[in-house]
Amino acid sequence: MNRKLLSAPFIFWSTLFIIVPLCMVFYYGLTDKSGAFSLENIAAIATPEHSKALWEALKLSFISTIICLLLAYPLAMILANLNVNQNSFIVLIFVLPMWMNFLLRTLAWQTLLEKTGVINSILNALNLPTLNIINTPTAIVLGMVYNFLPFMVLPLYNVLVKIDKNVINAARDLGANGFQTFCKIIFPLSLPGMFSGITMVFVPALTTFVISKILGGSKILLIGNVIEQEFTQTGNWHLGSGLSIVLMLFIILNMVISTVTDKEGEVNTL
Amino acid sequence: MIRNVTKKIYIALIFIFLYAPIVTLIVLSFNASKTRAKWGGFTFKWYQSLFENEAILQALWNTLSIALLSALIATLIGTIACISMQAMKKRNRALLMSITNIPMLNAEIVTGISLMLLFISLGIKFGFMTILLAHITFNIPYVILSVMPRMKQLNPSTYEAALDLGASHLQAFFKVVFPDILPGILSGFLMAFTMSLDDFIITHFTKGPGIDTLSTKIYTEVKKGIKPEMYALSTIIFVAVLILLILVNCTPKADKKKQPK
Repeated sequence: MNRKLLSAPFIFWSTLFIIVPLCMVFYYGLTDKSGAFSLENIAAIATPEHSKALWEALKLSFISTIICLLLAYPLAMILANLNVNQNSFIVLIFVLPMWMNFLLRTLAWQTLLEKTGVINSILNALNLPTLNIINTPTAIVLGMVYNFLPFMVLPLYNVLVKIDKNVINAARDLGANGFQTFCKIIFPLSLPGMFSGITMVFVPALTTFVISKILGGSKILLIGNVIEQEFTQTGNWHLGSGLSIVLMLFIILNMVISTVTDKEGEVNTL
Repeated sequence: MIRNVTKKIYIALIFIFLYAPIVTLIVLSFNASKTRAKWGGFTFKWYQSLFENEAILQALWNTLSIALLSALIATLIGTIACISMQAMKKRNRALLMSITNIPMLNAEIVTGISLMLLFISLGIKFGFMTILLAHITFNIPYVILSVMPRMKQLNPSTYEAALDLGASHLQAFFKVVFPDILPGILSGFLMAFTMSLDDFIITHFTKGPGIDTLSTKIYTEVKKGIKPEMYALSTIIFVAVLILLILVNCTPKADKKKQPK
């Protein structure tokens, strides 16, 4: 019996630091400055300025998620098929960049992409046309893909490496060609990893304000930038909370879609 | 044959994509010119001035101590929570697990602002303490999610057997349960430590003026221009982690089929 009491610190902690703060976001989001109930802050998403930021964030994070998936799937398959001695090292190589501070890595892309930056200098030397993508949405997508690619690779790799080779061999024995084996065996078995990868890329990409600030100049505002400004500069917590609630709706939507397929109901971390 | 070559080229391209910025940073740390735009010759001076830069060293110290403390406390709370959750009814356990998942699934920016609102209304002064509390909060789920699978693999009869053979509850736990869940606890601790080390967004909202971690320091410097010492520091950290990981990787592997991370 006293074993159950042991959960008290955790329950206390998560109530105080998870549940109560979330309730406060809802409280601020659903009241105005005088403390009266109002939907004004939620409705504020419909103003051209805010809906543009939300739409831009949705668009860029969607594109980034798709690109991550397309890049990560073949990579995870290649990694999963390597023999055991090789793969721990190669997996390590793909995780290692995450240990460099993420702000610095993003900043390094700024140096690479700048008009007089490294990539353009090389292109110039080769007499090729220069790239002009810094401070454009393209640069932001690149930053998102770069930062969140490992979050897609790892869950995919984890499910792919667990697929029993005998199942694949059985499919081949029964006359399926490589493409059929992929469609009927490998792909369906990899779905849980794919969905957790999609969540792990989409949510941080949708809500980022750092990548857009560093690589997008100050011209492109994503919904994350708007919320950050409301809290740190303008000081309008009610509006910031209201917009956060809208943001959470999209996260929940994404979660519902993902968990429907993830039957174990557990989040696959790393 | 062609397939193999294509695979290698593909891996190489992704590899270049992942490492290009890191190489850039390392090269910049040896650049004598203060601007990022041009190469001014090779120098070690940033490494030297790094160790004289009080502000950066203070930020490094804050980052490390917050990461260590928050990972330790989170591991303690998380592990105890796992032990008690194991004894709960399925429904209660599922409820607690979904609460655990909230900070993992929610956007960091929302977690950050929600904690900021909490600290303001509680009247806690923003500083080291608020960052620490916030980091413990987002670290606990990582610990629980890596200890829980270990806990589930455990055979409850062994614990009962120990009790039958006369061990006290504490003895039974430390002699029977603890060694089995230790790998999960360690990997949870490491993950929590890493997450805390790299966090920017939540720290950004819960830090007060006058205290900086490396991430927030870099963020403020982005606007004014990054000091080259920062490149030097990150190169040192990168090389240290690289050596550490290679050492860990090269030690003989006893148990290849360890629970996947």
